[in-house]
Formats: sequence, C-alpha cells, structure tokens
Amino acid sequence: MSSFIELNEVGKQYVVKKQTFKALSDVQLSIEEGQFVSVVGPSGCGKSTILRILAGLEEATTGEVLVDGVPVTGPGADRGMVFQTYTLFPWLSVRENIQFGLKLKGIPLTIRRKMADRFIELIKLEKFANAFPNQLSGGMKQRVAIARALAANPKVLLMDEPFGALDAQTKMDMQEMLRDIWRAEQTTVVFITHDIDEAIYLSQRIVLMAAGPGRIIGEYEVDLPSERDLLTRELPAFLNLKRELIQRLKHD
Amino acid sequence: MANESTTKATKHGRRSVWQVLRPISTSLYVMMALASFMIVLVVWSLLSYGGFVEQIFLPPPIEVAKQFFTNITSAEYWEHIGISVFRVFGGFMLACLIGIPLGILAGTFKIGEALVEPQMEFIRYMPAVAFIPLVMVWAGIGEWAKILIIFIGCFFQLVLMVAVDTRRVSHDLIQAAMTLGATRWQLIESVIFQALRPHLMNTLRLILGWAWTYLVVAELVAVNSGLGYQIMKAQRFLNTSEIFVGILVIGLLGLICDRIFAYLNKRFFPWAS
Ligand SMILES: Nc1ncnc2c1ncn2[C@@H]1O[C@H](COP(=O)(O)OP(=O)(O)OP(=O)(O)O)[C@@H](O)[C@H]1O
Ligand SMILES: [Mg+2]
Repeated sequence: MSSFIELNEVGKQYVVKKQTFKALSDVQLSIEEGQFVSVVGPSGCGKSTILRILAGLEEATTGEVLVDGVPVTGPGADRGMVFQTYTLFPWLSVRENIQFGLKLKGIPLTIRRKMADRFIELIKLEKFANAFPNQLSGGMKQRVAIARALAANPKVLLMDEPFGALDAQTKMDMQEMLRDIWRAEQTTVVFITHDIDEAIYLSQRIVLMAAGPGRIIGEYEVDLPSERDLLTRELPAFLNLKRELIQRLKHD
Repeated sequence: MANESTTKATKHGRRSVWQVLRPISTSLYVMMALASFMIVLVVWSLLSYGGFVEQIFLPPPIEVAKQFFTNITSAEYWEHIGISVFRVFGGFMLACLIGIPLGILAGTFKIGEALVEPQMEFIRYMPAVAFIPLVMVWAGIGEWAKILIIFIGCFFQLVLMVAVDTRRVSHDLIQAAMTLGATRWQLIESVIFQALRPHLMNTLRLILGWAWTYLVVAELVAVNSGLGYQIMKAQRFLNTSEIFVGILVIGLLGLICDRIFAYLNKRFFPWAS
C-alpha cells in the first residue's frame, strides 16, 4: 500500500498577526522510488511549503509525512535539497562544498575526495574544482549545489525552482544535465517549478496545484520516451500535455 | 573617458568628481587625504604662531614634533607604551574569551538570547568609568584593576555585537547544511562560526578601538606607568606638548591595530567581499 514518499492529508496553517492563513489543505500525494515528479502551480500556491515540509525544515500542522516508511520529524541527510537561492558555502572551494555532507558523516578524506571527484566530473566542472563560489556563474553554482546534495547520497532529491534565476539557454543546458544525472543516479526527485515546459521535459509525472488554499488539482503522467532532447519539446505528446496543463491551470 | 577629456573638453562634457558614488583615481584620493591633514596643520600653525592662542594651551606643531621624537627615542617611554599595550590586550582578550562564545550562544539559540541579551543591554548603559571605585575595591590597584576596567568597557558591547553578527548568518546556508545532515554542533562549528568569521573580525576591530579609549580611563587613578599616566602627569605640570604626544601615540597605536585587523580580514577571508 505504502509508496516511497507519502503525504497523508497534509495541511499547513500560518498564524500572522493572530489571523490564521491556510497555506496547504488536505494534500495527498504518493511518489514511487526512483520517480522524477514535478510540482507545478502559480506563485503562492504552497509549492515551496510542501517541499520544506518534506525536507523537515517546516512542520505540517495536520497530517503525516513518510519517507521510506519513516515519519519526517526534522531535516536529515536522507532528503537532500537544492534551493532557488545560491546556498554554496562561500569559504569552501567547489570540491570542499561537494564533500561537505561526506565530511559531516566522518568519511575519511581520501574516500571523500574520490567521491567528490566523481560528482565534479558528472557536473563537468573539473576545471573549477578548486575555485570558490564567488568565481562561478549562476548556472555553475547550481550545478555544484546539485552535486553537493547528491554526494551526501540522499534517498530523495528535493529541488525548489533551482533554475528559476537562470537565463533561457543556461536553463536548457541545466535541464539536460539534470536528466542525465537522474538517469545515471536513479535518485527519487521532487522538482518544483512554475515553468510548464521545464516540468514536462524533466518529469515522469506532474502534480498540478492551485492557490487559496494551496491544494492539488490534478496529476498527469508524462507519456514521452525516456530518451529526450531538444526535439522532444516539439513532439505532439509534449505539446498536447502542455495545452492540457495550461487549460487546467486557467480554469482554476 | 576622463583621461581623454582632460585636455580638450574641460568646459563641457567632463564629468564632475562630485558626482554621487563616482570612483576617483588613487592619486587623487591620496592627494585629497594629504590635503585634509595639511589644512589641520595650517590652521594649527596659524593659531599658535600667529599668537592667537597662548603656547601653554596650544603648543606649536614643531614643539609637539620635538617632544614626540624625544619620547620615542627614550627607552622609558617605550616601557610606558609596553605596559599600556599589555593592559589593552589583556582586557580585550579577556573580553573576547568570554564574550565571543556568549555572543554566539545568544545569536544561535532563542533561549540563549533570552538568557544573555536583556542582561547585557541593561549593564551596557552603566558607564565603565563609574566602575572604577568598585573595581579598586575588588581588584586593588594592581594590573588586574586596569585590565578589568578595559574588560568592562568592551565586554557587554562585544557580546551584543557578536550576537547580531551571528543572527545575520544566512538562514539559507544553515538550512542547506541541515539538509546535508548537520547535527546541532556541526551547524555551529562548520557553518555558523565559519560564516561569522569575517564579521567577527570587523566587530573585534571596532571593540579593540574602544579598548584603546578605555585605556586612558583605566590609567586615570592610582597608576605610575602607561600612556594614560603620562598624559595625566603632563597635565599636572601643564606640559601641553606632552599631552598632545600622548594622545597622538595612543591614536597611532589604535590605528596600527586597526590596519592589522583590516589586513588580516582581507588576507584570510577573501571570499567575504
Ligand atoms: N513563514 C510564513 N509565514 C506566513 N505565511 C507564509 C510563510 N511562508 C509561506 N507563507 C505563505 O504561504 C503561501 C505559500 O507559500 P509558498 O512559498 O509555499 O508558495 P510557492 O508556491 O512556493 O510560491 P512561489 O512560486 O512564489 O515560490 C504563500 O501565500 C505565502 O505567503
Ligand atoms: Mg516557492
């Protein structure tokens, strides 16, 4: 019965100046192991809130959250996260940033280094291994953030609009790279975006949300070949799904 | 652009150096800085050589310069400098040793804040000078008394400023570390303290400046050594040149410390800017 990730009737209320505000209501969601799922919805519908609850950075007011059968009670290394803002540690080099989670676990330096180098290769930043974050472009920073999260070997990778601040071309390159990484690593990914093209291109399944209160209004399977490239964005299946999603969002 | 236009287009098309935030060349910067010193020197000379103010109140620059060189070439004066530096750093280090951990505690945990901050806020408005009689009762008139005065002058402010610095560490960085599996202690050690360092250095730099000002207070009574004592003694004999030199030397020592801190900050934390 139980999936890898389970959100059961999750609700979230904020109290601001004695007024309660319903950010999430009755969110029901299950995600299988190894799946790439995107959550799409308008600004303020509670996408980040869901992700932060999953990460354990915030507490659900009602309902329960299970990851691999274990209730979430706080943040942990089993749920890696990539933020929309740049969150690399500025005093550490690219390599040291990627090793950070491994160092926390007390993994010896030689092993840690080897593992980090594999991820540096994966994000194609070999030339920048010893550079510091203030020497990197926005796209490079997010690549390092992804590598840093993956190096800690999480069961789930949570991504909150990681490419939101990037220009169109960089964004496409990053999407392609993320697809490759996901296919190589087989990690479960929950990806948040308000870019419908991005969601379709990346995911196997799309969860649609609406605001007032934040809730799920639909789930869509993405029926595209797992081998995807630029041309994928012009396939009828792609365009049809896109039209359907836009219409559903408009109606709400 | 500015270089080309210097010869031709001085009248029109040249940007004003007073344009808001406009950068200027290093040579112009140095020239202006020197000019500001010159102005003070000229006004000072006019006042004293022109006979507007009596020598006993305002000694001419040359007298102060002479006194300065007499002093810094005498071994005895260096002993006074030495003991003052010792007191300043003694009080400052003691304040750091206790104040930095307390500040981090108050900035990291809300409960730490409740335990530490209201208390510090309360005490910091009590003037350090007023503690002198009390300190003499507690610590006598030995070195500890002086160190304690400087400590009192620095400590409470230091704790509050470190707490503010700590609270300003990016929450995103802290949360990123949490999702990488950092324990509470690891967060403090590997994220909060690391991110804090450059701000901490700036705070320490400010506080050390204060330590120098409290030095004079600490050497106000029951002393027979140190730069503050030299100033006090000179006042008794109406030796204004000596007072000027005392103030100047303390100022210079403070400036040197400040520059060293600024340099170390640039050297060790290039990522911070
Ligand atoms: N700490 C908080 N206190 C009060 N209200 C909050 C808080 N955090 C979020 N909210 C509210 O909850 C709602 C959902 O916020 P959330 O950040 O999850 O939206 P989002 O879907 O991620 O939006 P965006 O696409 O703009 O990032 C918003 O209306 C927001 O104002
Ligand atoms: Mg958001």
